[in-house]
Amino acid sequence: MRRILAALLLLAFAALGLFWFVTRPTPLPADALDGLTPNLANGEQVFWAAGCAACHADAAAKGEAKLVLKGGQRFPSPFGTFVAPNISNDPAAGIGGWSALDLANAMLRGISPRGAHYYPVFPYASYTKASLQDVVDLRAFLATLPADATPSAAHEVGFPFNIRLSLGAWKFLYLDPAWVVTGDLTPEEERGRYLAEALGHCGECHTPRGALGGMERARWLAGGPVPGGKGNFPNITPAKLTWSEPDIVEYLTSGFTPDYDSAGGHMALVVENTAHLPESDRAAIAAYLKRVPPAQ
Amino acid sequence: MRKTLIAIAAAALVAAPALSENISDPEEILTARHGYMLLLANQLAPLGAMAKGEMPYDAATAARAAASLAALASVDTSMLWAPGTEEGAIEDSSALPEILSNTADREARFAELTTASHTLSAAAGTDLEGLKAAMGAVGQACGGCHKQYRKSE
Repeated sequence: MRRILAALLLLAFAALGLFWFVTRPTPLPADALDGLTPNLANGEQVFWAAGCAACHADAAAKGEAKLVLKGGQRFPSPFGTFVAPNISNDPAAGIGGWSALDLANAMLRGISPRGAHYYPVFPYASYTKASLQDVVDLRAFLATLPADATPSAAHEVGFPFNIRLSLGAWKFLYLDPAWVVTGDLTPEEERGRYLAEALGHCGECHTPRGALGGMERARWLAGGPVPGGKGNFPNITPAKLTWSEPDIVEYLTSGFTPDYDSAGGHMALVVENTAHLPESDRAAIAAYLKRVPPAQ
Repeated sequence: MRKTLIAIAAAALVAAPALSENISDPEEILTARHGYMLLLANQLAPLGAMAKGEMPYDAATAARAAASLAALASVDTSMLWAPGTEEGAIEDSSALPEILSNTADREARFAELTTASHTLSAAAGTDLEGLKAAMGAVGQACGGCHKQYRKSE
């Protein structure tokens, strides 16, 4: 009897240990950014490529107002409603006090400066593929943007999803820095892959999600229902997206479809970002999309 | 001459009720609105084809299309946003109810499209680079309104 108890206790400890191991936040090493110096001009390009303003600025913002990253947009989901936080340069309400390493841990590991897990509504499952140099450059650019004192609103997420430690298990399952589209890619297609899979986080909407909210890599960019809402995100694999590469470039530049309809909804916000990229980057995204495995 | 005038006036009087009846019918208004959007798209088509390199750049064609776009964008479209033509009230409409009621904002957005189209018409006749650069603002004017007032698919 005593032996069984001891074995059970041992098992419980092992399970706890495993739980701790799986769910613990794993930040980058403290010297991860050593030797990297910021390039402000590239930081601005990273800002537009990563689409920060699409979620963190007011949805109706135009021009300079798009640079006020005060948060507040709401994102309904089956797990609750998430509210974009203030990431403006305000040291208290925003992220003005963050180091480049803080931003790198947030984007690549989904961890706050105090070591808490972020919800994956923040697309770190994509940003985890970002280059550290780009993060350093982005940090420098964000520091040039206005500060706004609007406090971040709390997420409206119920039990059990409000237990942030459980997000460690989510990351264990889904945080995968490997590229989805592999094979013999040209340098342009590789650039497009970096923009689409890492910074542009296209898959966050255009890839269907499983029951636990992870992206289904086997159905990459195959579209799916809008979480907590009506309608569908379109399939943008070559099985459905039959636009030519110049058509895709034009769409990411002006928002015009081949029929001269225009992007609406959140995609209009995406185009407001991609419009700031060099044409070569939009062409790279188009070239990449043609290499995505077709999925019905 | 006077007789002709009277005849025209009489014809106008007879025609007037029929006309107002037509434009109060939500189905007709929706058809007109979709037709209006199609007219905009038709003018954008050669401009987009040139921007994409599908059609050789031709200053005269570009300038004409852009000028037509600017003219269309400055037309008074208030009659196209009548009650009963919003999404939910009628089939095939994707206009959210807010665009019918937020008159001032709607007009501001059409004014934005007019301005962007004038800029495009000035640039489109100059060179291809100017055309490409000016297309962006036109797209933003279209998309800005669509993202707010059109139901997502």
